[in-house]
Order: sequence, then C-alpha cells, then structure tokens
Amino acid sequence: MTYPVGYRYTKDHEWTAETGEGIRVGITDHAQHELGDIVFVELPTVGNAVRKGQVLATVESVKAVGDVLAPFDATVVQVNRALEAAPETINRSPHDEGWIAVLRPAATGALDGLLDAAAYEQFLAEG
Amino acid sequence: MRYLPRSEADRRAMLASIGLSSADELFADIPQAVAQAYRPLHLRAHSEQELVAKLSGLAARNTASGMTCFAGGGIYDHYIPSLVRHILSRSEFYTAYTPYQPEISQGTLTAMFEFQTFVCELTGMEIANASLYDGATAAAEAALMAERLNPRGKIAVASSLFAHVRRVLDTYCWAARVEIVELPHLPSGACDLAAVSPDVSAVILQSPNAFGVIEPLENVKARIGDALLIVAVNPLSLGVLAPPGAFGADIVIGEGQPLGLPMAFGGPLLGLFAARKEHLRHMPGRIAGRTLDAEGKPGYTMAAQTREQHIRRERATSNICTNSALCALAATVYLASLGADGLRRVAEANLEKAHYLADRIFALDGFEPAFSGLFFNEFVVRVPGDAQALHQAMRDAGFLIDPPSLLAKHGVDTAVRVAVTERRTREEMDRFAEMLGGAG
Amino acid sequence: MKTIFDHGAQGPAGGLFRELDVPRTGVDRRLEPGLLRRTAPRIPDLSEPTVARHYTALSKRNYGVDDGIYPLGSCTMKYNPKVNEDIAGLPGFANLHPSADPDLAQGVLAFLYELSDLLGGIAGLPGVSLQPVAGAHGELTGMFLFRRYFEARRQGRRRRILLPDSAHGTNPASAAVAGFEVAQVRSDRAGRIDLAALDAELDDTVAGIMLTVPNTLGLFEERILEVTEKVHRAGGLCYFDGANLNAYLGRARAGDMGADVFHFNLHKTLATPHGGGGPGAGPIAVSEQLVPYLPVPRIERDGERFRWGWDHPHSIGSVHSFYGNVLVALKAYAYLLELGDEGLRAVSEGAVLNANYLQERLKRTYKLPHDRLCKHEFVLSGEDLPHGLTTLDVAKRLIDCGVHPPTIYFPLIVREALMIEPTETEGKEGLDRFAEAMERIAAEAHAHPELLREAPHRTPVRRLDQTRAAKIPVLTYPFEKAAAATG
Repeated sequence: MTYPVGYRYTKDHEWTAETGEGIRVGITDHAQHELGDIVFVELPTVGNAVRKGQVLATVESVKAVGDVLAPFDATVVQVNRALEAAPETINRSPHDEGWIAVLRPAATGALDGLLDAAAYEQFLAEG
Repeated sequence: MRYLPRSEADRRAMLASIGLSSADELFADIPQAVAQAYRPLHLRAHSEQELVAKLSGLAARNTASGMTCFAGGGIYDHYIPSLVRHILSRSEFYTAYTPYQPEISQGTLTAMFEFQTFVCELTGMEIANASLYDGATAAAEAALMAERLNPRGKIAVASSLFAHVRRVLDTYCWAARVEIVELPHLPSGACDLAAVSPDVSAVILQSPNAFGVIEPLENVKARIGDALLIVAVNPLSLGVLAPPGAFGADIVIGEGQPLGLPMAFGGPLLGLFAARKEHLRHMPGRIAGRTLDAEGKPGYTMAAQTREQHIRRERATSNICTNSALCALAATVYLASLGADGLRRVAEANLEKAHYLADRIFALDGFEPAFSGLFFNEFVVRVPGDAQALHQAMRDAGFLIDPPSLLAKHGVDTAVRVAVTERRTREEMDRFAEMLGGAG
Repeated sequence: MKTIFDHGAQGPAGGLFRELDVPRTGVDRRLEPGLLRRTAPRIPDLSEPTVARHYTALSKRNYGVDDGIYPLGSCTMKYNPKVNEDIAGLPGFANLHPSADPDLAQGVLAFLYELSDLLGGIAGLPGVSLQPVAGAHGELTGMFLFRRYFEARRQGRRRRILLPDSAHGTNPASAAVAGFEVAQVRSDRAGRIDLAALDAELDDTVAGIMLTVPNTLGLFEERILEVTEKVHRAGGLCYFDGANLNAYLGRARAGDMGADVFHFNLHKTLATPHGGGGPGAGPIAVSEQLVPYLPVPRIERDGERFRWGWDHPHSIGSVHSFYGNVLVALKAYAYLLELGDEGLRAVSEGAVLNANYLQERLKRTYKLPHDRLCKHEFVLSGEDLPHGLTTLDVAKRLIDCGVHPPTIYFPLIVREALMIEPTETEGKEGLDRFAEAMERIAAEAHAHPELLREAPHRTPVRRLDQTRAAKIPVLTYPFEKAAAATG
C-alpha cells in the first residue's frame, strides 16, 4: 500500500487531508491492518470541540479497540455516517471512502509537525 | 502428595534435561532476604479420611442448617431438583476454563446462550449477560452503567433495597464519586417517587422489596423524566409477576440464588443483569453469541469482547473477568427442569403458602401487617413486645427468621420479616404461627 | 448443536413439587391483575430424560482439566481434588442461611477464621478479607483500600496507579473502576521493570503500583525489593496480583517483598474448580496500616467462639452481599489441609520444574524471547512461523491434537505470544505428549500450512466466524426465526 503523498500523518496512525470544508481525518492502512476486521465505529458528534490528543472516535474490531486521536484542537464539522452501516469500509478503503470525520482546526498551522508520506513510511519501517 | 503425578526417576531426568542437579536451583532468582524471611504455616498434611472427619465435624456444628427456615432477604430455602447437582458434577463443566477457545467450549457457551435467553424471558428484556458475582454487585454495575449512559454524578435509590445490596452500592458509588439520593417509602411499603429530582442518572427500585412488597411499576418510567429505570428482582417471583421489561425498565438486575442454588451461607451467588439491545456496548460482563463456523454450521462464541478488560483494559465497561458461570449453569438446568409450567407452579406455591401463613399470623392478637402493600413470598409483621426476644424464642423452637436488626436498618422496629417457600409444609407453618402467638 | 429450545414442546412434566397443602385462593385474588404476568416465559416444558440428555451432550462438547493438559498461562489449571467437592456439598455447609445467628453457625465461622489465618501466613500480611469473589474483585477491593487510605491522610491528589506494560487487563480496569488514572511503566529487555522509567513516574500524584510476581512473562522480578522500596519512599502503596503464586508457594511471601495488598485466586493456586468462568474467590491480605479499611463484617474471635464484627468506622463498607464465596473458600481450606507445609513446597517445585522442562524442549522449535530459567510459566512467540501463520493457527491446530491451547496474545509486550503453564499436576508423560504435539505442528507449519490455517478439523464446530458474531449480535434464542422456519 502506498501512502497518499498529499496527506499528513501522525505517529498514532491517523492521516489528515485538507479539503474545502476543513481537514479530513481517518486511520491509515497500517492501523486497519493491525486491528483486523472492523465491526463498529463510534463517531464523534458534529459541533463538538476536541483537544489535541483527545479521543475523537473509536474503531472496534473483533479483538481490539483503536482510539482515533484528534491531531490538533478543532471542532467537528462532518462525520462519515456511512461507517455506521458499513464499518468494514475502513478496511477496504482506509485512506478514501473510510474517512471518519472532517475537522475545523482552532488555529492555523494545525498540520505543522505532522509527518509527510515519506516520513510516515520511514516511521513504519523503523517500527 | 496425591496430586503430583511424578516419580523420583522422572524428576531427576527432568532436572538433568535442564542442566540442574537440584531443584533448589530453580528458585535462585528469589532474593535471599525474601527467601530467608519465609515462615512455614506449621500445618501438617491431612489424609483424605482425616479431612472428611474434621470437616464433617465442623459441618455438624452449623445447627442452623437443620432448623426450619423462614429466613429470606434475597436468599431462600428452595427445593433443588436432583438433576441440577448431577449435571453440575460433570467434570467437563466444572473443571473447564472460561470459553476463550470456543471450538472446544460449545458446552459452556451453549449453556450461557440458553441462560441469557432465560433471563431475558423472565425479565422481559432484550439482552442479558452470562452472570455477575451476585445481586449486590449487579446493582453496583447497573449504577455505574447508568452513570456512563447518563452522566449526572447522582443516582436515586429506594430505601427499600436489601441492606446488603445498598451497602455494596454505597461502596462502589463512593469510589465512582456518584452521590446517592435515598427515596423514602410510603405506608404501603412501596417507594415514594414524589421525591425523585430531575438531575439523577437513574432510579433504582427493588421488587419485591426488602419489606416483601411488590412495587407497582406502572407509569414509573413516565414519572422519572430522562432518568434510567433500574429494577432489582427476585427471578423466581417472575414466574407469576409481570416483568419489569413490560413497564419500560432500562436495566433489570437481581440475585439468582433462588434458581437452583443452595443458600451456601451467602456464597457463591448469581448476579443477573439484563438491558436494552441498544445499550449492548455499555453492558458489563461476558456474553455468548451465536455465529457460524467455517462450514456454515451454527455455533457459539464470546461476543462483544471489546467491552471487556482483556481488550479495553482501563476503558472496559467493567473489570469483571471470572464471574459465576457454574451457578448460571445450575440456574439454566433448574429452569429447564421446571419448564414454564413448573416455574409458574412453584411461584404460585410460594405465594399461596406465604399468604396462608400471613393470614394465620395476622389473626393473632397484637400481630399486624407492617405495610399495606401486596407481597409475593415475604412479608413484615409488626409484633407486640420485643422483636429480639421473639426472634430468640423462635430460634429456641427450631425456627430460623432474619434478625430484626436487618429491618431496623430500614427504620422499621418492633417487627420481624417472614419468608415462605414451597418447602414449608402446612404443619411447619401452623406450628410457626402457634409459637409466634405463644411467644408474643 | 441443539439448544434446549430446539427439542420441541413435550408438555408440562410436573412431578417435582408437592401438591399444595393449603387451600388455594388463586393468585389473581391475592394480587391486582396489573401486577401479574400476561404471557408465560418461553421456557420449554420437557421431560427429565430429554433435559438430562441435552446437558450431558453439551458437557461432551467441552474440555476440562479431567480431560487432559490445560497449559493456560496465568490460569493455573491444576487438578481439582474430588473430596473437596463432596465436602462443599455437605448439608451442614450448603443449607446454611447467611443471616443465621453466629452461634448457630460456629462450624463455618471457625473454618473461615482459620482460613483467614492460613492465607495471612502464606502472604506474610496480618489483615485478611474473604469477601472478594474473584481476582479482579480482590484488585478492586485493594484499590478501594488505597483510596480510603489516602483520603484519610488528605492526599487525594494521589490519583495515579502505575502498572507494568505486561500487566493483566483486569489490573488497569480495576484501578479505573476504583477512580484512579493509570500510567504504564516499561519493561526492559530482560522483561523486568525499567527502574529509570519507574523513577520518572514516581511523584506525589502516585497512589501506588500494581505488580504481578512473578511477572506475566513468568520471570521473577529480582529487584522486587528495590521496586517496592522506591514506591514506598515516594509515599505510595504496593499492590501484588497473586495470580502467579503457584511459582513460589511455600518459599516466599508477598509481605516480605514489600506488598501492602496481596490477592489470592483460590480458583488458580488453591485448586478450586474454574467452573467455565467461576465462581472463584479472590481474598486479600493487607499490611497493618490498611487493616482499619478492610470490608465489614469481619470474623472476630472471642475465646473459642466466633462472631461477626461490624464496628469498624473506617471500613470501605462491603463489596459482596455477605461473606464472600464461602463454599469456594471451603474447598481451598480443604486443599491447604491436604497439602500442609511440605505440600506447598512440592507444588511450587513441581510447577517450576515442569515449566522449565517444557521451555527447554520447546525453545528448539519455537522462538523464546527471554531465554533464562523461568518460574511456573513461560512465553513463546509465534513471530517466526512461516507462510504468514500466526499463534492463533497453532492454537487451533493443537485442538486437533486433543490438547487445550495455551494462552494466546498475552502478555501484550510479546508479539504473537503463546504463554504456557503446565502446573504441577501434570506428569512427565503428559508433558512429553504436549511437547510432541507442538513439535509436530511446527513441522506442519512448514510442510502443510493449510492444516493450521483451517484448524480445528476434528471438533463439533470448525473455526467460528468472530467477525460475524461481532457485527450481527445474536445474544438470545431467535424464537421468531425458529417459528418461521418450522411454521
């Protein structure tokens, strides 16, 4: 799996991508692989504020629970409701259809300090 | 030592294979200071024969076990069908581990599935777990679950919960920093809901309650706003009584001992826990679920394990691991042995006999019902004179009743509580009433 | 596999209860109609032979310690002596109501008192409570004691509990339920607590540490005295999870290692049956300074008589309806009397010798992350399995060999972990057979990987679809579906 070049990544295996409405967030292919078959996603509430490092959403597989952490202080502006009926979308398309939420950052420069694709792949290789 | 299957030759061969000459080398990693501080128990080994003699002697000193039991308060003297003990003594059941490898645990898992179904049928709820420790910790877990679903930091609790349930609830709620607001009782013995404030996460009622009174649950849910309704039950009473699920309860808990478990001086017991389907993720305890195997055949496995401690650790819905599985099996075999018809019969017998005795007692001079509410198989009698002395006199006549101090905890004095099960004969009840009248 | 609901309806069997010997007035005359059930619960009415056959058939789809080796690491699945079952069934113990006056129950109180004494002696700690009914329950009770202790000293800022990264899941869960936050401490390469990491965490917000000794890798923390001393010096308390007591029974005491609270798992170390998931018992032993906070009621002795004591104003209250799992405690008491001091030592020797014997043999075919003398259990890793096979595949193939698999995927600090604890009640022959099965599977992994991947082959059900179970929860019998199918 190649990691989309325009995205920025965290060491907790989340990806971020800038869109018109805000910054889209999801978990990486590495994360979905570690979790196994995903059976449930607990989405955040639209309008809620989250702080960096707080649990934004949880992703449950049969054998584990993964916390999706907010990569920066933000407000939740959109959530991917399709995941409620089809959580396995994250396994199938973790970087695209499996997006979890769109966040509006509280401050500029929210993505500074996050890894680019090459740095994230390097981080995984060191693992 | 009987339980070590090894010969001296084997022992030496094994030590040699590890490259050791003495077994003491296996314990060289224990710090010297610790090894030297060890003190023996001064306990000699007993043969099986000696052991049986000694412990039979101790058993014989428990004279209460030979008395006629009219004690209750959540633990009752019911008849246990022989089949229950026989099934439970199969070592494939009682020496088995928790069913983490479902393919070789279909026995345990199928029985769990049946138990969960029975609990839902009795309580009128949609999902149930495979047991908690006892009715008291089940109440505590229900309070913690309510706080998770409806975080308010405050919970309303009827004063008529059994004192032992309330004690455990107090401890768990103190730790969780949840305040308990007590709801008083009415002259009927039922809970006074007028006092429920809107800022509690839930209301906990017990039915039948500590006074034996059946709580009228009609419209309770509508009166308590968005607080959750939690009801603690006697599962045997649900053979005749309408289940809390029918009245919109959110969580139903209870003590399952009446379903085929001996009184056992209070342990092991059986915690029952049932809830609404939509709250599955917040429910504590193990749950068995049906699925398919690789060939498409139905089978059972532990379900929704991501709630539990072995996966979620500090974010688990509860810390519970070992629960009361074998006791749940006993309850399952008990209910299967009775069938719905047998359960209805035994519940009716409890009710009829208790009312027969109550009629006899309340006909005696100076003995009055302490509460006007309707009851199942347990009731409280206001007595003339000293309740403690009466308790003593009944004891001397070979009758066991709960100590009056238990009622005093609810602010009810000069009274005794009487429980009657299907095991009490007419002769025993007539003699009981006679003794009471003579002693009062 | 049929459930009890799949046997049709045979009609009421009756014959269990006596006929009513009082005049029947009718339930509907005693109670208001609104209080009565309108529909019967769907519990089938079946004859006794049908019910007997059903549960007997279920039992044959299980595997117990009496069937064969059960090498589950951290579970201590040792043989359950049968005489203990008989003793617990004596009516003098079983038919006893908990609210009976103490002088009508002197036999049970005497053994509860003596057992408390013996457990205190094993732990090397003066205060004991038999109320907790499981290890996790003992942990929770211990954590409640910590809370009360610091509350009494106005040190409520101490809200953190430290745990090694190898801790059993119940440890952080119990700490959290008790109102603490948890913080992990790393293990070093040798599987011991990283002392530098520990120092970094010890400040005045720490309430204490929860340790398992030996740790969940089966290795004894040789610097245990240093660890507990550091925590005490920082003003914290030490909780010892006693799940692994089998490793040093009769040779060392938690109290001498610096423990303030120690819990027993009677259904592990003291041979009470596991029951498919309980009932167990998790009594605790505590240091002098924690005694005031122990649960009530407590057994008290007055000469030759025993009674319940309630007058302990600093107690945390109660954690169980009554006195704990009395009949389970009775089996443990009998077991201790069977063993005596010599037996305790023989147990730990047998347990540790058996584990090391297996470890020595199996390290030739499986990866052993920590190659040193272990205690009563050891951890292998399935990391090096070929063809993308996993520890899970090995476990499922072991089932085909007629053996219960070891613990898998725990502890979390070893990838593809396989934790093996044979216990002392296994003979050399049984150990060799287990080792042979493991070696055969290792060979199959190379030559015939599909045998592992599709295992188990010989069980009543094949490998079960866990994903489906999680996504489509079916947690009660589907009455409507079944009716539709037949109807």
